[in-house]
Amino acid sequence: MTIGAINARFYLNYGSFKLEADLSLPGSGISVLFGDSGSGKTSLLRCMAGLERPQHGFFSINGNIWQDSVKNFFLPTHQRSLGYVFQEANLFPHLSVRGNLQFGFKRIVNQFNPKQGLTKLAPFIHSRSQMVRQTNHERTQNTLRPELVEGRTQDLFKPVIALLGISHLLDRMPDRLSGGERQRVAIARALVLNPAILLMDEPLASLDSKRKQEVMPYLLKLQQEFNIPIVYVTHSRQEVMQLADYLVVLENGAVQASGSLPYMLTRLDLPLAQDKEAASVWQGKLTGYDKEFQLANVEFNGVSLSLPNIDATDGTQLRVQIHARDVSLTLVAPSQTSILNVLPATITGLADDHSGHTIVRLACGQETLLAHITRKSSQLLGLQQGKSVFAQIKGTSLLH
Amino acid sequence: MLNDADLAALWLTFKIASLSTVIMLILGTPLAWWLTQTQSRWKGFCNALVAMPLVLPPTVLGFYLLILMGPNGVVGQLTETLGLGTLPFTFGGLIVASVLYSMPFVVQPLQASFSAIGRQPLEAAATLRASPLDTFFSVVLPLAKPGFLTATILGFAHTVGEFGVVLMVGGNIPGKTRVVSVQIYNHVEALEYPQAHWLAGGLMVFSFTVLVILYSVLKTKPSSQPFK
Repeated sequence: MTIGAINARFYLNYGSFKLEADLSLPGSGISVLFGDSGSGKTSLLRCMAGLERPQHGFFSINGNIWQDSVKNFFLPTHQRSLGYVFQEANLFPHLSVRGNLQFGFKRIVNQFNPKQGLTKLAPFIHSRSQMVRQTNHERTQNTLRPELVEGRTQDLFKPVIALLGISHLLDRMPDRLSGGERQRVAIARALVLNPAILLMDEPLASLDSKRKQEVMPYLLKLQQEFNIPIVYVTHSRQEVMQLADYLVVLENGAVQASGSLPYMLTRLDLPLAQDKEAASVWQGKLTGYDKEFQLANVEFNGVSLSLPNIDATDGTQLRVQIHARDVSLTLVAPSQTSILNVLPATITGLADDHSGHTIVRLACGQETLLAHITRKSSQLLGLQQGKSVFAQIKGTSLLH
Repeated sequence: MLNDADLAALWLTFKIASLSTVIMLILGTPLAWWLTQTQSRWKGFCNALVAMPLVLPPTVLGFYLLILMGPNGVVGQLTETLGLGTLPFTFGGLIVASVLYSMPFVVQPLQASFSAIGRQPLEAAATLRASPLDTFFSVVLPLAKPGFLTATILGFAHTVGEFGVVLMVGGNIPGKTRVVSVQIYNHVEALEYPQAHWLAGGLMVFSFTVLVILYSVLKTKPSSQPFK
């Protein structure tokens, strides 16, 4: 096992349900735990948060150990430097939006150092306490003066409220918010703690598609503006495509596979590549715009595409999805075709989906592309690993 | 109208009910919280014990309390060695009996409102750095407000109305253990119906008013809505 920034090993046995996971996740970006209901993805997230206490478990983040059952060590949830966003926003109904946002943040400022046991009394003593105050995270790392903690966390309040666009909601009670607003407040409430990790349990699942589209941009911005690693649980392919940098596929309480998103999407042994919706995701940069034809030139790793309908400035980072069904293959470069994006490619893998189709994995520059073609075409063209072909890309969709 | 004995009985009743309610809330809150949170195998046993006064005839409870707290009872001997004397036929004895007898009327509404909160707000509080004790005071108590209101009112009103236990444990000593319900009984026995009417009617109006207030307050409280 490689040593990542986040290491998690859990064995949880509830009789009818078992979770056995051993994985390491990168210390930045969005790691998505993906699987059907009952696959154990939420349980895994809850183990990371300490909301579930597995029989055997180990969890560390950036060298800080939160659980080690071998040493019989378990840091309770409230002492872990994490932010958690629940499927239902789970706001406190007796507190205004402002009260909800301040709930955790006040406690970080008020917690003081000397003995672990005393932290329990913190809410009663803090007003008189002139002692050094620290956040949990810093307690394990370095000592900060109270003014600094307060200053730093205060600083976070404004950008977080601005980022999530909730400044006009601060004095409302949670029952006066829409589902999307509630979820944005819940995200803000977790984010103002400046946690070492942000855990999100299907934060969009309880929202209708319109509300989903309302919250999604905030999630993307959040990732860009705050460098906090996010572990995100979902069963939605769409959310995987839009958000994931790193993907963990779970099935029946076990990790089936994990790796970077582009790699995972194009692994022929995983159902992701065999699905009708199979697609590859490329991340690139806008490098030019042809006004006459309204086409943008987007540069990827060693390959570029002309894409219509892109409203962005030069240098913008873009994520593009290319469905496998939108890619066709020819052996010679087509000279007269309506298809704009024709790329030289090398076949790096072939698989059969047992319903008349062949899944072809291709290398284009340093990017990997998937094509779904019929088995008959595959035979007629004599496709095999290592063969050079031309991939015609009929359509792409811009994810963000 | 009310004579001095009636007024003394009313005042005594009010003192007993108030003090008992305060004691029941102090003891009942942690007990109810423990009962909603624990997975101990003693949970069923404790639940049954708390609920006993609901099904027992008050005279049964009173009888055993009398024996237990009497000079030959375990509790009686303990209080005597502590220099407190025996409790039956004293104000203190009435308080002990009232607390035990009315406890389910405090514990059960609290238990119901604690369980209605569910584990979600508790987990949210834990992820927001609140220790379990902190969570209890900053999340559970405010959310259980309607439960506390119900518990207080039911506990108080029920103590006001008790008769059998009082008669067994407290007897009928004017100004000391003679509460309103016993006083009404005395009036009826003495065929002083107008006097009985004043007290009994007064208690009826009191109970009805309390319940009307209780239900209208609970209806308008936003925090009695399910957690979202």
